Amino acid sequence: MPLEALNDFVVKFANVNGSGSASANSMFAKAILRMGVPVAARNIFPSNIQGLPTWFEVRVTEAGHLGRRGGVDLMVAMNPQTWDRDVAEIEPGGYLFYDSTKPLPPSKFRDDVTVVGVPLTAMCNAAYQIPRERQLFKNIIYVGALAALLDIEMGVIEQLLGEQFAGKDRLIAANVAALHMGRDYVAQNLSPLRLRVRRADRVGDRIFVEGNAAAALGAVYGGATVCAWYPITPSTSLAEAFTSYCEDLRTDPETGKARYAIVQAEDEIASIGVVVGAGWNGARAFTATSGPGVSLMTEFIGLSYFAEIPAVIFDVQRGGPSTGMPTRTQQADLLAAAYAGHGDTKHPLLLPADPGECFEMGAQAFDLADRLQTTVFVMLDLDIGMNEWLTQPFEWDDARALDRGKVMTYDDLEAGRDFGRYLEVDGDGIPYRTYPGTHPTKGGYFTRGTSRNPYARYSEEGAVYVGNMERLLRKFDTARRLVPGPIARNATRATRDGVIYFGSSTPAVHEALGSLEHAGLHLDALRVRGFPFADEIFDFIAAHDRVFVIEQNRDAQLRTLLINEGEIDPSRLTAVLHYDGTPITARFITDAVTRLMSERRPMPEAAE
Amino acid sequence: MTYITKPQLHHPQLKPNALGYTRRDYEGAVSTLCAGCGHDSISSAIIQACYELDLPPHRVAKLSGIGCSSKTPDYFLGNSHGFNTVHGRMPSVLTGANLANRDLIYLGVSGDGDSASIGLGQFAHSIRRGVNMLYIVENNGVYGLTKGQFSATSDKGSKSKKGVINHDAGIDLVSLALQMGATFVARSFSGDKNQLVPLIKAALSHKGAAFIDCISPCVQFNNHAGSTKSYDYVREHNEAVNRMDLVPARTPITIDYAPGETVPVAQHDGSILHLHKLAEHYDPSDRVGALAYLQARQALGEIVTGLLFLDPEARDLHENLGTVDVPLNSLGERELSPGAAALARINASLR
Ligand SMILES: Cc1ncc(C[n+]2csc(CCOP(=O)(O)OP(=O)(O)O)c2C)c(N)n1
Ligand code: SF4
Repeated sequence: MPLEALNDFVVKFANVNGSGSASANSMFAKAILRMGVPVAARNIFPSNIQGLPTWFEVRVTEAGHLGRRGGVDLMVAMNPQTWDRDVAEIEPGGYLFYDSTKPLPPSKFRDDVTVVGVPLTAMCNAAYQIPRERQLFKNIIYVGALAALLDIEMGVIEQLLGEQFAGKDRLIAANVAALHMGRDYVAQNLSPLRLRVRRADRVGDRIFVEGNAAAALGAVYGGATVCAWYPITPSTSLAEAFTSYCEDLRTDPETGKARYAIVQAEDEIASIGVVVGAGWNGARAFTATSGPGVSLMTEFIGLSYFAEIPAVIFDVQRGGPSTGMPTRTQQADLLAAAYAGHGDTKHPLLLPADPGECFEMGAQAFDLADRLQTTVFVMLDLDIGMNEWLTQPFEWDDARALDRGKVMTYDDLEAGRDFGRYLEVDGDGIPYRTYPGTHPTKGGYFTRGTSRNPYARYSEEGAVYVGNMERLLRKFDTARRLVPGPIARNATRATRDGVIYFGSSTPAVHEALGSLEHAGLHLDALRVRGFPFADEIFDFIAAHDRVFVIEQNRDAQLRTLLINEGEIDPSRLTAVLHYDGTPITARFITDAVTRLMSERRPMPEAAE
Repeated sequence: MTYITKPQLHHPQLKPNALGYTRRDYEGAVSTLCAGCGHDSISSAIIQACYELDLPPHRVAKLSGIGCSSKTPDYFLGNSHGFNTVHGRMPSVLTGANLANRDLIYLGVSGDGDSASIGLGQFAHSIRRGVNMLYIVENNGVYGLTKGQFSATSDKGSKSKKGVINHDAGIDLVSLALQMGATFVARSFSGDKNQLVPLIKAALSHKGAAFIDCISPCVQFNNHAGSTKSYDYVREHNEAVNRMDLVPARTPITIDYAPGETVPVAQHDGSILHLHKLAEHYDPSDRVGALAYLQARQALGEIVTGLLFLDPEARDLHENLGTVDVPLNSLGERELSPGAAALARINASLR
């Protein structure tokens, strides 16, 4: 039986990188959104510019599940290279859409899949002379054909084309013609599928945006004025978005001059060096990078910790190490970021779960870095960073002031306040600082690593060192209260089982929790949003017999951090790990948790 | 080991400068370097230059990497903010600091190990960006703090204290700075204060990337026969192409100069350099000529010192980036946050 679904199915486009399919595919997704039906879209792309396979998955989800589901209902198979595995991925009863210009042997198809052929190449060759046009319009033709097959409103796509090519009427007309060519072919030769899209009102005022752009905008609102960066996928678009937002929003209207400085540095070491220098001198500064960049920055991160200099790093995580997986997603820099440095160091991490939080935490990171005078990491990943997600609109309170932390001014120094750069004053571990150039005779100091006393004078005495290290721990404890706290979701029934998760796994976990409940497996859930861990996280673990920790890396890095920081018995935390480089799916989580729960050893209480 | 505070005894006859500061106000902590180390003479020249220029000490930000040379910012300008960063990475930190507040004076101090080995990249890139700074390398041709290994500026064929011959080609930081686009390039010798102090003054007045390579013998590890960075070798092979003095912008210019021997050069800030030519055909406004001259003399074993290149019309990084005239670190939420209304427009564009 062919699958039948209304506003709830998965379409996957298999293309060749460089063929210009990306904008057509994303237009397909946006058209559905404009019909008020939520979509979750994921790019799965190779680490090269041309020629390799690339996929784009669009989940149509009236229920609003924004993670990946798992499985494909309709495969748009435009890449002969990956044909076999693409066909194999289709759900039983699903659909295969392909370019039927050349006949394929029956062995290339499946009996349980409905095949829909449109002779795209033949149509293009007949209509266009220029090879590039043949290529580009083929993409639009299949969008037109799919729209007809799935009942997507043609007017909506035409409107999108109008926006995309605003002011270029000739291009609009040519694209609309190609769109109609696809639609008309279906009308004359095929019948609609049983997968349908119908206008709904489920999107509301939500926006559709990449996490990297959102985080960059957060940096603008958070008052960042200095950005130094070095290109690395998947973080590059963050620095690029910051650049274009600054050009728009931060140019002095009277003079046309920039209220920001952006440097594309020679490498990641220089990037973080610039950030540290700017932070020392009282500007809000950041860099955006990924795992390999973090490893290069480690020396400076250690210096920022010991010299107590604010810095913000957006770490858009990917698979490690340097080749092969740079365009695949993982949450695999957690430990590297948390403990980056030499000597005893640890750093606050913020863990956004969608672009909305990338914006909020992107701005908040600068307040935290200034308040704590240390490096703060915002941990995105490729999935959030480079995919457009449906998310709450950005919000900003105009009354919000930048929290510059403890800075002594000329007047404070004149008033005779005792200034010791590394002096504990308020019991929270956070000392006061002065910006260079503040006062002719007071407040100047020499910044270096650890070898100094509370007045910043050189000292290698053990007790002085230990006193400083203990103050740094008190500061980290203060950070525990300042980073965003966890968010709990209780099961509908009392349970002794729980899950802990974070970041981009969130929507898939939420969907899996629903499916598990449906199957009678109830779990309380806690989403971690910051490190150092709030007490509630350890309370949650203590309150459950078994806690699944779901994350996208091989070594269960969040679990390790929890065990390490909370001195937790490892047997209480069960790892659920997904790390093949694709974003985690709800199906994977449901299956893994179901299996682990059925294997469960009887707990001591139950054994009585 | 703890910091030694300098006794606050003031000589009653110390002459105050225009700001009312005496030379003592430009000093820092007591040096912990070896007695006779060239680096201490450079510190003293920096003190003298800042005093003579009437610079408010706290408006100078002094940054360094790691090494004996990089320890020196502790020993001058005690009221300034100083930053002993990490090995070889001072240039990026200085760049960031400069971006944050364009109103301060930036002085980077580094060693030849710091700048020519681990930090070669950062050295080159800070210069090509035109960061407004004075970058001094205290060049002893050896790693002092880690006890005497060859550095990348050790000349090929020169001999270590233990008698080992260096087989690797030396990096000439002056040539590199010229190639990277530095707009003020000089070489000097820690033992020649009459040359060094005016050079430092002129470089501090220069707007753009100013570089001084200052040969600074290491008495502990590199002051023996066979070293090309020893006091004796430099004294014997020093060829000064010019001598100069600087007339600061606010001083009325009255000095006469004899045409043909002395060239006046106006700097962007109104100060005038009087350059007394010593080498007949040397032209410090010719970047390419300077490179050729340096190399020709170097082949003869000579160390060319003086002001080697100057572009008085230099642009700096802030000009290239088109940043606002006020320090970025002084901007508040009103200038930085685009506000809720702008955000509403952005939201609308994302639907
Ligand atoms: C990453 C790193 N590597 C190595 C060192 C060890 N180190 C300290 S100073 C130094 C060399 C300093 O030589 P130079 O810059 O020439 O200064 P000098 O001591 O000769 O004045 C080295 C290698 C370090 N501090 N950091
Ligand atoms: S070891 Fe050499 S460079 Fe270091 S202080 Fe002594 S003389 Fe100076």
